[in-house]
Formats: sequence, C-alpha cells, structure tokens
Amino acid sequence: MINKTVSDVRKALDGVADGMTFMLGGFGLCGIPENAIAELVRLGIKDITCISNNAGVDDFGLGLLLQKHQIKKMISSYVGENDEFERQMLSGELEVELTPQGTLAEKCRAAQAGFPAFYTPAGYGTEVAEGKETREFGGKMYVLEPAYKADFAFVKAWKGDEAGNLIFKGTARNFNPCMCGAAKVTVAEVEELLPAGSLDPNEIHVPGIFVQRIFQGKHYEKRIEQRTVRKKE
Amino acid sequence: MLDKNGIAKRIAREVKDGYYVNLGIGIPTLVANFVRDDISVEFQSENGVLGMGPFPFEGEEDADIINAGKQTITTLPGASFFDSALSFGMIRGRHVHLTILGAMEVAENGDIANWKIPGKMVKGMGGAMDLVASAENIIVAMMHTNKAGKSKLLKRCTLPLTGVGCVKKIVTNLAVLEVTSKGFKLLERAPGVSVEEIKTATEGRLVVEGEIPEMKI
Repeated sequence: MINKTVSDVRKALDGVADGMTFMLGGFGLCGIPENAIAELVRLGIKDITCISNNAGVDDFGLGLLLQKHQIKKMISSYVGENDEFERQMLSGELEVELTPQGTLAEKCRAAQAGFPAFYTPAGYGTEVAEGKETREFGGKMYVLEPAYKADFAFVKAWKGDEAGNLIFKGTARNFNPCMCGAAKVTVAEVEELLPAGSLDPNEIHVPGIFVQRIFQGKHYEKRIEQRTVRKKE
Repeated sequence: MLDKNGIAKRIAREVKDGYYVNLGIGIPTLVANFVRDDISVEFQSENGVLGMGPFPFEGEEDADIINAGKQTITTLPGASFFDSALSFGMIRGRHVHLTILGAMEVAENGDIANWKIPGKMVKGMGGAMDLVASAENIIVAMMHTNKAGKSKLLKRCTLPLTGVGCVKKIVTNLAVLEVTSKGFKLLERAPGVSVEEIKTATEGRLVVEGEIPEMKI
C-alpha cells in the first residue's frame, strides 16, 4: 500500500503559489472542497485560475476567494448565483471563460485519461466554437476542445482510505471524480478517512492512483442552496 | 390560453413508456407532476442522478442530494448516481430519449437561444449547449411572446445561440408547433385560442394546413 495520507490541510496544500491553475470539484455548493478553499483564503495567494463548474455564492464556496480578489480567471459553465462575481466580471477585474457543462467535465476527464483533445457537438454554431477547429463526422458537426492543464485538483469525497481510494455520496460526486488525476497534484479531502482495507475494493469510485494527497476534512457546513421540501400529508 | 401548468400538462403527453427524460429549469420541471402513473419513466438530472423523485419531506433534506437547479430532491427505487463526465456521456451518447427545456427565442430553422442576453444576463449556459447539441428529441416549453409582448418564435434568433437546428417541437401557452423545413407547422391550438391569434403572435413563418385541432389536456 502506498500511503497518501497527510496530517492536515496545510500539508495537503503545500506548494500552491500565486498564478497557478486549480481544478475544484463540486456542483453549486454540493460536494465542494470546503477545507481546501478555506486554506486558499488563509494563504492569500493571488492571480489564480479556477476551473470549477460554478463560482459559489457571495459568502460561501469560491465566493470566499472572489471576495478577497484572489481569482484572476474563472472557467465555469454557470455562475448565476453570485452578485460579487457578476460585479467583478462586468467591471473587467475578473476574466471569465464560460464552457458548456459537459465539455467542462470532459476537458477534465481528458486530462485525467491522457487525451490531448476531443470532438464534441456542444456549442457548434455558437460563440463557444468561435476560433476553434470544427469537423464533420457522419454528417454532424463537432468542435475540437483541448484537455485542461492544471497545477492542483482539489476534490471532496465522502469516504477515503490511506491509499487514496475514494467513495462519494449522492450528487456530491459530480465533477470530483473527473478532476482526480487531471492536475499535476490531486488533493482529496474526505469526511471520513479510514485505514487501508476498510473500504470494499468493489465499491471504490476513484482508485488511489489518481490521488497524491488525502486528508480528513473538518467542520463541513454543506450548505444547501435551494432548500425545497414538501409537507407530510 | 394555457398557464405554465397547462404547458407542462400538454408536454407530459409527449413522455412515453420507457423514456429517460432530462427536464430543464422552470416550466420543464413541472412536467414531472403530470406524467401518467401507468408508464415507467426515469428523470435524469445532469449533475449526476437518474431516477429523481419528489422534493424531500421537511427535515429529510440532504445537502448531498440535489438536482440541476440546486434544489434538494429524493430518489426513487432504481435510481443511480454518477459523475458529470458519465452524465454528459449519457446525453452526448443519445441514451436520454427526450430533453425538455425553456427558451428565450426559437427560430423557424430550429435554432435556439436561451443562455445569454448581452450586457444584461451572463450567467452561463450550464448544460444547455450539450443537451441541445446531442438530444435525439428536444421539446421547448415557453410562453409564445415575451414580457414586452414580442414573439419568441422568430425567423432568425437575435440573441446568442445555444444550438443550431436542434429544436423539434415547441409547446407554448397558445399552441403546439413542429419545426419543419417550411417553418413552424401549427399542430394544435390551446383551448379558446384562434389560428389568427397564433399567426399574430408568431414572427417566423407559420405553416397552417387544414383544420387545426384544439389541444387535449
């Protein structure tokens, strides 16, 4: 067993620096690496590029990094829940690259799986495809999209073991598995870190080979963005 | 004329037994409430769940189980969770049978615009571009005209496009229309709405052939 465990978030983020590109898992506020984000805020590193489907809300998730003006560029598919984001984007302080959600996921997965680029029909004929190579296959048009390159991937899982194996819960899985192994260093934070051998190998979602550092996260808030319920009749 | 629930009810009749269906945000979400109980259908949410159920009971909501609108949901027996790449693989690979989504504009050639108003609304396309580029069958649910009373069924879209030549059918508060090579073919009228009213509210080319039946909902 190759032990990937680090003692805490500070050790887990060793080596992050100004100007780097990070992948961050999560959809909305669901399954975001809360501990890594808090540490990036504490470190105060600047001019970072974030690849993340969303940009958090004003006072949580990536919104915390936006408040401190640490983000230079956001690569996302949907950023509608954050007023500070919109303000920085319209004023030109923040660079934004909007990418179709499936393309964003696949650009991560391509990096993980060693594909330099892939063709997708998403965005053909729209401004997303402007300046990109297009090609016809079987009578349908496709756009060439390159894989992402990133320095660190920060992901969050439900359970993990010392070997870096990960299991996710519910829709908190989302982009997290696609980002594992898609950056030079993948840092996984988990709600429950277990000794190797505790997880059934049949049930691992992401094998530890894609993870360089794993640590037990703390104080998960797991904020709900839209609390929708029905009444018991 | 139909209200939003009426549009959803009419679209629910397009959902067939054995379908995997992706519902967009807004009117499309309501469609799930009106699908017949005697058919088997699974709803997919592109953030990574198949077999979505209703909202949870108060106190049972789980931050780790949400839909694409970031709302807390439940799952039904047979449900599954998966990552975003696999989710869009289902969509791109045409394993999802039907996509129902809203639009700001639809053109008579099937182009759709629903993600951006330059200078006003720049929230991002989310999964809409992947969905419209790949879905086998796309139904648009929307009001026939916008808040200013202008037609949303146009010769050409004026807003930045989400996808080209992809819309097959449109259900509005006034009518059911099919996108054909000749333009918007009028299939059904909403209750109490005349063909003339639909003509007036449609900027794009409207094809009216024979008697147009009133919708059954």
